[in-house]
Amino acid sequence: MRFSAFSLLRNAFTGHEEWPPFWRFPEPKPSYDVIVIGGGGHGLATAYYLAKEHGIRNVAVLERGWLGGGNTGRNTTIVRSNYLWDESAAIYEHALQLFETLSEELNLNVMLSQRGVLNLAHTPGDVREAVRRVHANRLNGIDAEWLDAKQVKDFCPIVNISPDVRYPVLGATLQRRAGVARHDAVAWGYARAADALGVDIIQGCEVTGFDIAGGRVRGVQTSKGTIGAGRVGIVAAGHNSVLAAMAGVRLPLQSHPLQALVSEPVKPVHNCVVMSNAVHVYVSQSDKGELVMGAGIDGYNSYAQRGSFHVIEHQMAACLELFPIFSRLRMMRSWGGIVDVCPDASPIIGALPVQDLYINGGWGTGGFKATPGSGHVFAWTLAKGEAHPLAKPFALERFTTGALIDEHGAAAVAH
Amino acid sequence: MTAFRLPDGGRIDRSQKLRFHFDGRPLEGYQGDTLASALLANDVFLVGRSFKYHRPRGVMSAGAEETNALVAVGEGGRLDTNSRATMVELYDGLVAQSLNRWPSLGFDVSAINGWLAPFLVAGFYYKTFMWPRRLWQSLYEPAIRRDLLVVGGGRSGLREALAAARTGARVVLCDEQSESPATTSTELSALPNAVVLARTTVFGYYDDNFLCAVESDARRQRRLWHFRAKRVVLATGAHERPLVFGGNDRPGVMLASAVDTYLRRYAVAPGKRVVVFTNNDGGHQRAKTFRELGIEVAAVIDSREGPVITRTLGGRRVEAVEVGGARIACDLVAMAGGWSPVVHLYSQAQGKLRWDEKKLCFVPDTCRQRVRVVGRANGEFPDHGIEPLWEVNADKAFVDFQSDVVARDVHLAAQEGFASVEHFKRYTTTGMSTDQGKTSNINALAILAGATGRSIAETGTTTFRPPYTPVAYGVLAGRDLGDFLEPIRVTPIHDWHAAHGAVFENVGQWKRPWYYGPQMHAAVQREAKAARTALGVLDASTLGKIDIQGRDAGRFLDRVYTGTFSNLAVGKARYGLMCREDGMIFDDGVTTRLAENHFHMTTTTGGAARVLDWLEEYLQTEWPELEVYCTTVTEQWATVAVAGPKARELMAEIAPGLEDLAFMTYREGRVAGLDARVFRISFTGELSYEINVPGDQGLALWQAVIDAGTKHGIAPYGTETMHLLRAEKGFIIVGQETDGTVTPYDLGLDWAVAKQKDFVGRRSLTRPDTRRADRKQLVGLLPADPREVLPEGAQLTEVDVALPRGHGSRPVPMVGHVTSSYMSPNLGRSFALALVRSGRSRIGTELYVPLEGRAAKVRLAAPVFIK
Amino acid sequence: MLLIRCPWCGPRDETEFRCGGEAHVARPPDPQALDDAAWAEYVFIRSNPKGWFRERWVHAAGCRRWFNAERHTVTHEIRRTYSKE
Ligand SMILES: Cc1cc2nc3c(=O)[nH]c(=O)nc-3n(C[C@H](O)[C@H](O)[C@H](O)COP(=O)(O)OP(=O)(O)OC[C@H]3O[C@@H](n4cnc5c(N)ncnc54)[C@H](O)[C@@H]3O)c2cc1C
Ligand SMILES: [Zn+2]
Repeated sequence: MRFSAFSLLRNAFTGHEEWPPFWRFPEPKPSYDVIVIGGGGHGLATAYYLAKEHGIRNVAVLERGWLGGGNTGRNTTIVRSNYLWDESAAIYEHALQLFETLSEELNLNVMLSQRGVLNLAHTPGDVREAVRRVHANRLNGIDAEWLDAKQVKDFCPIVNISPDVRYPVLGATLQRRAGVARHDAVAWGYARAADALGVDIIQGCEVTGFDIAGGRVRGVQTSKGTIGAGRVGIVAAGHNSVLAAMAGVRLPLQSHPLQALVSEPVKPVHNCVVMSNAVHVYVSQSDKGELVMGAGIDGYNSYAQRGSFHVIEHQMAACLELFPIFSRLRMMRSWGGIVDVCPDASPIIGALPVQDLYINGGWGTGGFKATPGSGHVFAWTLAKGEAHPLAKPFALERFTTGALIDEHGAAAVAH
Repeated sequence: MTAFRLPDGGRIDRSQKLRFHFDGRPLEGYQGDTLASALLANDVFLVGRSFKYHRPRGVMSAGAEETNALVAVGEGGRLDTNSRATMVELYDGLVAQSLNRWPSLGFDVSAINGWLAPFLVAGFYYKTFMWPRRLWQSLYEPAIRRDLLVVGGGRSGLREALAAARTGARVVLCDEQSESPATTSTELSALPNAVVLARTTVFGYYDDNFLCAVESDARRQRRLWHFRAKRVVLATGAHERPLVFGGNDRPGVMLASAVDTYLRRYAVAPGKRVVVFTNNDGGHQRAKTFRELGIEVAAVIDSREGPVITRTLGGRRVEAVEVGGARIACDLVAMAGGWSPVVHLYSQAQGKLRWDEKKLCFVPDTCRQRVRVVGRANGEFPDHGIEPLWEVNADKAFVDFQSDVVARDVHLAAQEGFASVEHFKRYTTTGMSTDQGKTSNINALAILAGATGRSIAETGTTTFRPPYTPVAYGVLAGRDLGDFLEPIRVTPIHDWHAAHGAVFENVGQWKRPWYYGPQMHAAVQREAKAARTALGVLDASTLGKIDIQGRDAGRFLDRVYTGTFSNLAVGKARYGLMCREDGMIFDDGVTTRLAENHFHMTTTTGGAARVLDWLEEYLQTEWPELEVYCTTVTEQWATVAVAGPKARELMAEIAPGLEDLAFMTYREGRVAGLDARVFRISFTGELSYEINVPGDQGLALWQAVIDAGTKHGIAPYGTETMHLLRAEKGFIIVGQETDGTVTPYDLGLDWAVAKQKDFVGRRSLTRPDTRRADRKQLVGLLPADPREVLPEGAQLTEVDVALPRGHGSRPVPMVGHVTSSYMSPNLGRSFALALVRSGRSRIGTELYVPLEGRAAKVRLAAPVFIK
Repeated sequence: MLLIRCPWCGPRDETEFRCGGEAHVARPPDPQALDDAAWAEYVFIRSNPKGWFRERWVHAAGCRRWFNAERHTVTHEIRRTYSKE
């Protein structure tokens, strides 16, 4: 099976005993060329590519808590690029390709494990949509396969394909290059690399307002004082609406709790990632042996990083339907994140109506996989003051023109 | 032999011997033992190995906080992995195994259940998790709403429960142990308004005083409890902390409180000669008790007074400790490192914690929910003059035993910049194993604080998350499995279909006959042919039906449908489309005016509930001034659709007078002797009648139709044939020709969109993107090879290419995709529907459908194949 | 699992309800009179505050009636539910 032996994360990342500090703990300078708000994976990646690819090193990442402590450190780490529409396929595939070389790029093992992601189909309608996506993916240069139930069983022996269950498995799409990566390592890797290039990552620094004059953003107010900025990028996931509101901008985003959980560790038993939109399940097994599982989204708005328990119960039932073998496994820990859900299940990347103010958000329930690509195109956008070609279709504008990129089919439970 | 059973004492029943097996060895214990106490009584110390260093590990505690003694209990389908031996009650015949197969860590699930072993039939779950059923029914319901929920049956919990119960309040008390002061209180058990649940662990505390617990019987049958309590009292006690010194993980090193429990509750001496290691007066008190119970106390090492234990010596068992260079022989080390109140549930309830400098622990501070913390959980214990001793500088000084994290790791993490508690935790994995750091979190936090030059209060604590102790998936899923995962809806005619070989399709929660088997292709060809040349019959009962009445019903329909319904004549029917406010098609169906203020709306099968909700939402929230009432009548009416050239003859026979009904009209009458509503509407394009009778007469009607239709060669047909027939006519299916991005205009349904009135979604149809000329439009496809049935979902291209491999291949522009595709016995060839960019203007031209190894050429046609 | 007070049925478990998002956003009386941006604002944009929030709920598995709630999006406290403003 494709598992690395379990060892302490530290060793797994580095294989070393001694490292210099991963990052500095700088105090903010009076001003920066670019300020990135939000020290999650996307914000840190943005800062890294600003410094590395655009030579803009006078950059600060402002993080209200600890870096990587938002959704980046809370997600179920599924990485894939098999989205339906051309625009999405392009940006997620860009991200996946960056992921494939990220460990070398950052000199830190981000534990990308391309163990394959199955998206199960349970109804003829699911099958039709799955085939549609497989064909679209392949024509877009993305690996994708359609497996029938028997092939699903061969690929993932523990999944129950009995025709006698409530929603039998009729088949699945498979992206072999998809898989999981270590979320913390991604955040820490980008942070360390950005820090080394001179980016100031300022933790415990909450943005509380913007200095806007003449329709232009000049800086931000923070819990550590006012900091000047040439350009500002908001990359605050669940808090994007709150920050945009500080600048007087309303976004088509709603913040909802999304929960996840892990089981007690067990021996390798599940060697791929299985997702099912119809019964709302996605499961993988971590290197530590825990089964990592995502639950559904709670229906109400919340900033509380916790959801309701019935969501988890429902999740469990759906999980056991597919994996009766897990019945006596135990849930060890559950938690929640705040996801910024966009009406078309696609991100918003680009300029806001205030000059020099930009957003990279709306990644909702599925943005971890996009981290490198999102940071890469957003850095380009911030550096040049104009949308990266891959980012262009994701402009806020689309809600006015109607050119939505509806990924509900590919994103539904969305990870 | 170092550990042994005391000759008398303890709260065990020595008259009841229990036999059990541990790692294949037959052993004996007593009723009242836990697996841990019985093992210790048998001098079995080694109960596992650590996963990283493969170090021998023994029992450390006597409770839920156990970090080392993880065992697998049971066999076959009843096997529980990672069970804490300290919490497993002994029973006769118990079988347990140590998890010393680490470092491959823990347990092999596949070995447990033998993949899908026969016992995993549906009933298995109920038997296991709902036993005993009667108790479930009688207790579960009344207990869910209570005045007071007390968690913890120790003295303070009992006191609270009694005080409330005496006033008549309805009280539930849960305690994770099989025995506690609460379970033995005769006063409490005599009060009818109080329920005591032993072996019941409250594991989650959620919003609005909603708490969840797992109750287990002595043999690990479990059930889940939901509580909604007006008030909650947490009397969850405190956990003693280990001390961090070299080799503190060696079997024989235990918490002093655990040694005490083994001695007094189980009459087991875990050793003969003990060294007590402490940083507070509590250690001295323990030493006194040990002596009284006949255990030799070799020394009490008090860090406040002088040298400390730097390390333990021994192999799989402690043999001595080293103190300031001297050796003290012993076979047991009792650690008394101070106490941590069990604040997990309080923290889950969003309660804030405060660091108590004097007692060196976090105590509850404030909480928004109606909860009170009492007793030791509230830090109500003497400080015992405790002085910090967070670590002894030594090798292999364990902080988190299960994760094998040593004090040095904490320092290293701090040095590497992982100074935030959460970073540190993730970096070192401290507190992330099955015990979730119950005994390690505070020590780790304090060492981290020291290493980063901050106070503990500044360093903070991590949030405690549910569950308090791990909970089996099966318990959480409960009975919502198999057929209970989602309700199954069947029509009144279902059994007939099943008896006649129908293969069913899940459509939402409904089971619909997909085709009448055994083989789909042959069945569909036969069914479709019959419907076009003679007579077919479809069970259309699952179609959503909404009864709409009221003075403003017509006006209301004008607003929710793209078309106009207020001008529909009584007795007439009309096809309607619904859009969301974004202009995208959301549902469709035929609505009939039964009377001036009375309409019968039909919806798609899957959309029925959604549409009703949506209508209600608009009525209640946007247009409360309209007088309209919507009622679902989907299940009130069974619907039988007869279609085909012989349909009129059939109707003449079973419903004389109704056969002449005009197209798109409706009449009430008698069909086969049953009161019926008959609609002359058609989804197949054939001469067709949809006959509605009250649900319970659906089968009678169906049977009558079949009987009368036999001479006409009637064939029942399923959804697949229905789809084929409608596609031949170019009729769309919402969800197949649409995907949430398709407007009425895209489908060429302009005629169904009124020009002169507002309706939901209208404004969106004139946005720049919805006005584009090159939107995807519905067209027909005729494959160049008439035998070629294109895969539904396949993409269309302008170039003749095979489906590329995918990764690394150059993107090929796509211009659309196949939405529906069939082999038509009526056309004698295959055909398809597709959404194609600028499709209408491409009619007559050719495109390609890339497939494995080749492309299929197709000609675009108008999406109507049978006129 | 929130406890929600339906104005008609009293306090019931969250599972009986469905949340309908921000309250007091009226459908424009004449959508055709709006420009694309104003229409987009109505269709896609809702407040998303951190703090007190007036939102709509429907007692879907109960009386099926819509009502409003004033709920805190961090503590989840429901200060009041009401049927008419
Ligand atoms: C349970 C769960 C499971 C998921 N599973 C997957 C998955 O399997 N695959 C996948 O691709 N995606 C998944 N996601 C989504 C994914 O986690 C996110 O899309 C992604 O991590 C977002 O990254 P980010 O950097 O934008 O956000 P975050 O990591 O949330 O970073 C935003 C940061 O902004 C900071 N911030 C907020 N307000 C302020 C302020 N005023 N001042 C300063 N800083 C501020 C926050 O503290 C936070 O650290 C999941 C999400 C959750 C919650
Ligand atoms: Zn109600």
